Amino acid sequence: MSNKHDHEHGHQALPSDPALRVKALESLLVEKGLVDPAALDALIDTYENKVGPRNGARVVAKAWIDPEYKQRLLTNASAALAELGYGGRQGEDMLVLENTPKVHNLVVCTLCSCYPWPVLGLPPVWYKSAPYRSRAVIDPRGVLREFGLDLAEDVEVRVWDSTAELRYLVLPERPVGSEGLNEDELSALVTRNAMIGVAKVALPKHSERA
Amino acid sequence: MNGIHDMGGMQGLGSLEYEEDEPVFHARWEARAFAISLAAGALRKWNIDAGRHQIELIPAADYLRMSYYEKWMERLIRLLVKSGVVTPAEVESGKPDSTSTKSTPPLTADMVAPGTARGGSARRNVQVAPRFRAGQQVRARNVHPSGHTRLPRYARGKTGTIQRDHGVFVFPDTNAQFLGEAPQHVYSVRFEARDLWGEQASPRDSVFIDMWDNYLEPI
Repeated sequence: MSNKHDHEHGHQALPSDPALRVKALESLLVEKGLVDPAALDALIDTYENKVGPRNGARVVAKAWIDPEYKQRLLTNASAALAELGYGGRQGEDMLVLENTPKVHNLVVCTLCSCYPWPVLGLPPVWYKSAPYRSRAVIDPRGVLREFGLDLAEDVEVRVWDSTAELRYLVLPERPVGSEGLNEDELSALVTRNAMIGVAKVALPKHSERA
Repeated sequence: MNGIHDMGGMQGLGSLEYEEDEPVFHARWEARAFAISLAAGALRKWNIDAGRHQIELIPAADYLRMSYYEKWMERLIRLLVKSGVVTPAEVESGKPDSTSTKSTPPLTADMVAPGTARGGSARRNVQVAPRFRAGQQVRARNVHPSGHTRLPRYARGKTGTIQRDHGVFVFPDTNAQFLGEAPQHVYSVRFEARDLWGEQASPRDSVFIDMWDNYLEPI
């Protein structure tokens, strides 16, 4: 039986194409007055354009240049993040984990896809994938090596499994040689991966200072 | 439940695939599925724990085959039908039944920004006595509930140390079944990697798991 035949005779109750399925459900819910299409547009705009890892990068840069802010961030993260206007959905109760030369923190959600939306936006596909979720807890050093980070044996690795409603942001180490950079320049160096704990923050080659 | 979603410590689930400059959504339908799910949540017919459980109920082979937002769509349709908001016939046809009455959407565009900023904390400001304190040795209970739980299998029966008390939160195991919030303390519990995985793990490494009071027993 060809695909064409299947399609024409419609043996499936639902369209198998997810795009069609979503479209059909959206039009049903709109017609029933259950969802407002303008609200859907606003939600998408929020997570495509307003909330993302640049928020977290700003937090990290501020913590690097302001020791008192860093202290507040490590002792009461939700309040310290609120100072910069970050909080709310999927980041109501936050904790910040400090990476040091001797302690490396890595965040995972083995059970689903928990992630600190207000500071990092929506999670990337790899973070939600079975390989990462299954391996991060049993083989964190192997996972980190695949991300290009080979940690020395004497570094302590702490994996944080986000099983509850606490959300975690990693405060990466400030790169050596970044002393002359201002807050904005520092913020531009900070990557999403470094704030999950699968990377370190590096200086771009051209801005390394002697 | 001992489902495929509880995959911490499993091996053989494939290699890590990394995409440079990944977009927030890979197709418009993903963005719509995401937004419809959040907007439908404003109907207040279910809670986040019940939603997570619906994803866990997707059969394992389908769970592994489906993409992330395909699972979100499956969850949403199950929740809408289960709560009586739509009928299976309406889902099939994409059209309201003749008996359907028109509602007013609970979430409008102007409510999105304040709602995003406010969120909905699972923390509860009620006085509940903690059963454990920081520094105490505990054991994660060896239980296998058939419903929703956030106690991962890889930790059950294992010994750890209470690192800190996060305060009082909604208990997902009861909340997912609409049996009440049963607010109780959640702790950060430190498990030595070797206590979880044996000698293959580094003696320096550890896994911190957030655990509700009900998941723990004293040693």
